[in-house]
Amino acid sequence: MNGAQALIKSLENEGVKVVFGYPGGAVLSLYEALKASNINHILTRSEQAAAHAASGYSRVTGKPGVCLATSGPGATNLITGIATAYMDSIPIIAITGQVSTEMIGKDVFQEVDITGATAPFTKHNYLVKNVKDIPRIVKEAFHIASTGRPGPVLIDIPKDVAAQELEFYYPKTVELKGYKPNYNGHPLQINRAVEAIKRAERPIICSGGGVISGNASSEVIKLAETCQIPVVTTLMGIGGFPGNHELFLGLVGVHGSYRANKAISSADLIIAVGARFADRVTGGSSDFAKKAEVIHIDIDPAEIGKNVEPTIPIVGDVKNVLKDILKGVDKQTRPQWIEAVNKFNSNGFKDKNNEYVKPRDVIKKLYQLTCGKAIVSTEVGQHQLWTAHYYTFSKPRTFLTSGGLGTMGYGFPAAIGAQVAKPEATVINISGDGSFQMNLSELATAMENQLPVKVLIFNNRCLGMVRQLQEFYCNRNYYGVSFKNIPDFVKVAEGFGAKGFRITKDTEIEPVLKKVIDSKYPCVVDIIIAPEENVYPMVLNGSPISEMIGG
Amino acid sequence: MRHTLAVLVENHPGVLSRVSGLFSRRGFNIESLAVGPTEKPDISRMTIVVEGDDYVIEQVSKQLNKLVDVIKVSDISSQASVSRELVLIKVDADPSVRSQIIQIVEIFRANIVDVGKNSMIIELTGDKDKVTAMEELLKQFGIKELVRTGIVAMNRGS
Ligand SMILES: Cc1ncc(C[n+]2csc(CCOP(=O)(O)OP(=O)(O)O)c2C)c(N)n1
Repeated sequence: MNGAQALIKSLENEGVKVVFGYPGGAVLSLYEALKASNINHILTRSEQAAAHAASGYSRVTGKPGVCLATSGPGATNLITGIATAYMDSIPIIAITGQVSTEMIGKDVFQEVDITGATAPFTKHNYLVKNVKDIPRIVKEAFHIASTGRPGPVLIDIPKDVAAQELEFYYPKTVELKGYKPNYNGHPLQINRAVEAIKRAERPIICSGGGVISGNASSEVIKLAETCQIPVVTTLMGIGGFPGNHELFLGLVGVHGSYRANKAISSADLIIAVGARFADRVTGGSSDFAKKAEVIHIDIDPAEIGKNVEPTIPIVGDVKNVLKDILKGVDKQTRPQWIEAVNKFNSNGFKDKNNEYVKPRDVIKKLYQLTCGKAIVSTEVGQHQLWTAHYYTFSKPRTFLTSGGLGTMGYGFPAAIGAQVAKPEATVINISGDGSFQMNLSELATAMENQLPVKVLIFNNRCLGMVRQLQEFYCNRNYYGVSFKNIPDFVKVAEGFGAKGFRITKDTEIEPVLKKVIDSKYPCVVDIIIAPEENVYPMVLNGSPISEMIGG
Repeated sequence: MRHTLAVLVENHPGVLSRVSGLFSRRGFNIESLAVGPTEKPDISRMTIVVEGDDYVIEQVSKQLNKLVDVIKVSDISSQASVSRELVLIKVDADPSVRSQIIQIVEIFRANIVDVGKNSMIIELTGDKDKVTAMEELLKQFGIKELVRTGIVAMNRGS
């Protein structure tokens, strides 16, 4: 068996069913081995899309997604996808071809130092030097990617190494001296947390992406219900706590809901679970949580104390830690606090009076028509936050978004990955006209593989989010944000063989969405909205998150 | 405050660039870094001197610990420890000043490791203060070249 076959066989040993990839000269033998295997290969239209698709696959399944690219430009095209996965702690395995070992460092055709380039945003990476190491490296890569705080791992395999022979043996265990995540919370800190919860008058849970990757949703629900603690989620945490639960207050942070931001700002105890107090949550303000005690539970010790100094730090797997805390707490009621929280009602922002369809109406209708059961991915921009606010997510792993890196072009290929993982699910990508133009070529991938992914484009003829920033921070001195050439997205869809629809008025929302949801084909819906539509609430740079515009 | 970190790492290719990359990427400043194999050939030890407050040092240690190739990080500045640095100094030394230089070398218990027609190379081992003091004294003769290994450090006792 040669190195390429050993690599593919190792993937099979890890239970890999599908690889998203794009071939090239440095991975010929990998493709030969792939063809002979039971693994399905999905040919995307760019390597970036392959990485995003692997990430979408991973987000809905919880298992590492795998992407594959050739050396040089293939590898560099993966980079955005790898960095996106890294920032959101998503386990993906990226495999890249490399030029032959004796050529490395000589700037030969399609050579790039991809392990050097990706070191800052992979959890770990490998340049394979010895063919015998391949099974061990694959085993380690999957272990590292999927345990502890998950993240991407890259394996770079030179052409000659892939061609060399070895005797295949797949190791049963991994041995890594420097990698031993701490899964169990310190009992002393757990006791302190229990006491703090008992003592607190105005506690709040801030549930982050770690709750989803740590499969701790039911524990968070139990803690909230037992101790009557209201819950906010971060963008990455959406779906980790049911959006229709009476204790749910919404998204927190710079574009958080009025109620969530007010509540967290008046809490006397913040229980952050698998959340990292990112600047999108705190507004970057040093005043954040100054009055509150903070219990910070995270598997990654480096997140604790990085942005907010906790009163009670607990390093451990969030599920284990919450289980331990649940053993200590008693049923509590907090009628006053719950009532106070429910009074944090915004007077609502006034819709601009215009003829255009409102994004909110479309998303709420989508929620209704899909019974809240769709898997929804977004791109980055206003539409992303409208989706976060108006689609009620009630299950983990149903909302896929690039929270950390904020990568436009992520959502569509991620939706493709999700649809590959869940062929029966309704998978919808909510997009802006800007973001869709970043990876719209993936319509070809969707068609080719009969993946009935639906794309809803909120078409404001501009880069809405940046336009909004220029409105607030640059005195409406707009530049570089409006499109002069607006493609006909219906025809674009049809050009790929997919179905195209357009919504221009309210009466079209329901009938078009119904048709689209029921369709067995990839669909694109061009929804014409007002160019001046904004995302509210909004916290201005430097303000505490309790001060919102348009709350 | 200045901290000395002893970092045990897997002796893998790329580990030095991972560690140094982490420092620059996260905005931490390395004052000196010395690296070499330990008593176990598959493990190397880095001695890294960093300037920073407690928050910075905690972040540095935690981020280093996240690297898969990093086995252990210990802050050995606060404890009883021994630290040494080796310096080579080439000084202008025409025959008229040689005896003066030799005197200084003896006081510092340094060694003369090379003598040329108009220069000498002096080897000195010591902690930072000793090295600085000697450097000050030799300045008057003219220092042509100076190279330091960076500090290596070890805890006292068991
Ligand atoms: C790859 C990438 N480039 C640039 C940005 C900066 N950016 C953030 S939101 C945005 C506008 C997005 O426009 P669109 O997709 O049309 O969505 P809208 O905000 O209009 O809903 C831009 C350019 C980004 N997030 N990602």
